[in-house]
Amino acid sequence: MSQIIFFDSTLRDGSHALGHQLSAANIKEYCRQIDTVGLHTVIVGHGNGLGASSLQVGLSAIPDKEMLKTARKELKMTRLGAFLIPGFGTINDDINPAIEIGVDLFCVATHCTEADVTRQHIEYLRKKNKETYGVLMMYHMAPKERLVEEALKMQSYGAQGVILMDSAGASTPKMVSETVSYLVQNIGLKLGFHAHNNMGLAVANSLIAIQSGALIVDGTLRGFGAGAGNCQLEVLIGLLSKMGISTGLDLYKMMDVSDNIVSKIMKKPQEISSISLISGIAGVFSGFANHVKRAAKRFKVDPRDIFMELGKRKMVAGQEDFIIDVAMYLAGKKGSEKESYDIESLL
Amino acid sequence: MQKIKVGIIGTGNIGTDLLVKVQRSEFLECGIFCGRNPDSEGIRKAESMGVRTSCESIGAILRDQNSCEIVFDATSASVHRQNAPILKKLKKYAIDLTPSKIGKMCVPAINMKECLDVSNVNLITCGGQAAIPIISAIMKVHPDTEYIELVSSISSKSAGPGTRLNIDEFTQTTRDAIESFTGVKKAKAIIVLNPAEPPVLMHNTIYAKIKKPSLIKLKKEIGKMAKLIQKYVPGYKITLGPVLENDRVTTMIEVIGRGDYLPKYSGNLDIITCAAVNIAEEYAKRKLLLK
Repeated sequence: MSQIIFFDSTLRDGSHALGHQLSAANIKEYCRQIDTVGLHTVIVGHGNGLGASSLQVGLSAIPDKEMLKTARKELKMTRLGAFLIPGFGTINDDINPAIEIGVDLFCVATHCTEADVTRQHIEYLRKKNKETYGVLMMYHMAPKERLVEEALKMQSYGAQGVILMDSAGASTPKMVSETVSYLVQNIGLKLGFHAHNNMGLAVANSLIAIQSGALIVDGTLRGFGAGAGNCQLEVLIGLLSKMGISTGLDLYKMMDVSDNIVSKIMKKPQEISSISLISGIAGVFSGFANHVKRAAKRFKVDPRDIFMELGKRKMVAGQEDFIIDVAMYLAGKKGSEKESYDIESLL
Repeated sequence: MQKIKVGIIGTGNIGTDLLVKVQRSEFLECGIFCGRNPDSEGIRKAESMGVRTSCESIGAILRDQNSCEIVFDATSASVHRQNAPILKKLKKYAIDLTPSKIGKMCVPAINMKECLDVSNVNLITCGGQAAIPIISAIMKVHPDTEYIELVSSISSKSAGPGTRLNIDEFTQTTRDAIESFTGVKKAKAIIVLNPAEPPVLMHNTIYAKIKKPSLIKLKKEIGKMAKLIQKYVPGYKITLGPVLENDRVTTMIEVIGRGDYLPKYSGNLDIITCAAVNIAEEYAKRKLLLK
């Protein structure tokens, strides 16, 4: 199974955990050390991709271009990757400058039922001869038949592979094996899996994805990422090696980078907080966590209730503005319940 | 009373919603409803309304130049790039509902009059129509506003294939229009398609970075502007704000559709089709006065 390739999203998904405050020094040091490990691609940038630095999802400490330029200087053996969600970034403002800087590979991502919005970007990138992958986020929200339809659209635009993103870490092992094997059977493209650790299964689910036919694993060192974090790549590589599956990656070097560099970039060790767990149960994007905590405090409601309500309303990434709406709704509801209780007690 | 004939190119969600609104107008009637797909739901709807249809797209107008004086283009940015010079040659008043940015950008609440004298007006995007007037109101109170950000979320179901294929122009054009209309130094537009079921209403959030915001003055100006828009988009509503949170002034807008073609959640259709019909009616009134 040596044909498995690894995408390293440490400097992309990890951006969420830092409130998008990755510095040029962080990127420089990380890229310099990780370059010799043997990873296929290192993806760098704002957690929501190119052009996403905003009041809505958080402002980056430094511009996209500076992040990419810094990484470009250090990466000699590993491809430099960028992530883009149509609706946030555009071809003119974001893709063209990224190509100019020398980005080798692009992941064009959208909610799992909206693949047709990636058409312009994937077709454009393929015309420019860039390695391009489609990403279906929040894959747990759509049945597998629908995911095949969406993946086939991306294939028709020229995508060289499709990555399923378990954005909310909402997958059970059975969901992963059933979905991945069904997609592998029904599309002619490399399939990838990007796990989140909300239910403590990111490494396990990535392994199951591989056993079900996935050929791309997208994870991060030390599990550094939004919410509960991601598939901890060095752990997965260790596990695979113990199982006799060679990956060609330098495990000791990965451990060194994880211990000496990533641990210092992180504000705190990656853990599964109750908020992350509830977001996994509710099936809500884990990047919402900080916004939910703030709204809960401001409107004096239980953040877990906000998550469950967001799940009920099927909110998708990019809709952070609805969190206030939900918090206010819950605050109001709480008020009215109290009122009716008062009336009842009078009766 | 005499009516001015309009042509509609594009039989998707936007074109069909326009058709229903045109047929209700005192001043307009649809002379030709044309697209490329003979099986489209829009064509069937037009036929059931007794409107002349064609599958030759702009070819139908070329063939029968008397079929209309005003042409709504509800195709896509790239198709409008081809249609625009043809319509100009035919001396039609073109109202472009794609994000092509070819004609003069028009937001009825702001610059309707000057748009009646040109040959091609562009309706920007639904997000632009919803937010630019409010941003103008913000800029009137605080010309020193440093940054504006617009997040438009529309239900997946209301975004047809044309809108989806144009998402890049949609994002870019909305941003460019905010900057050029309101004069704000820096703006950003974010578009989100929400697949939630039941479909969510069209929702717009405007964030403004202002050093010392006067919420009372802002509220007054924003309220005034909202009333102006409600004259041609009845379902337009400020749902939150302006409020100050996290050092930013936040205002939220919801647009409930009239449910003419797609159900009420599709306020994103109404905000742009109401604006288009409003412009066409003003243009028609002028023509009728001259006749």
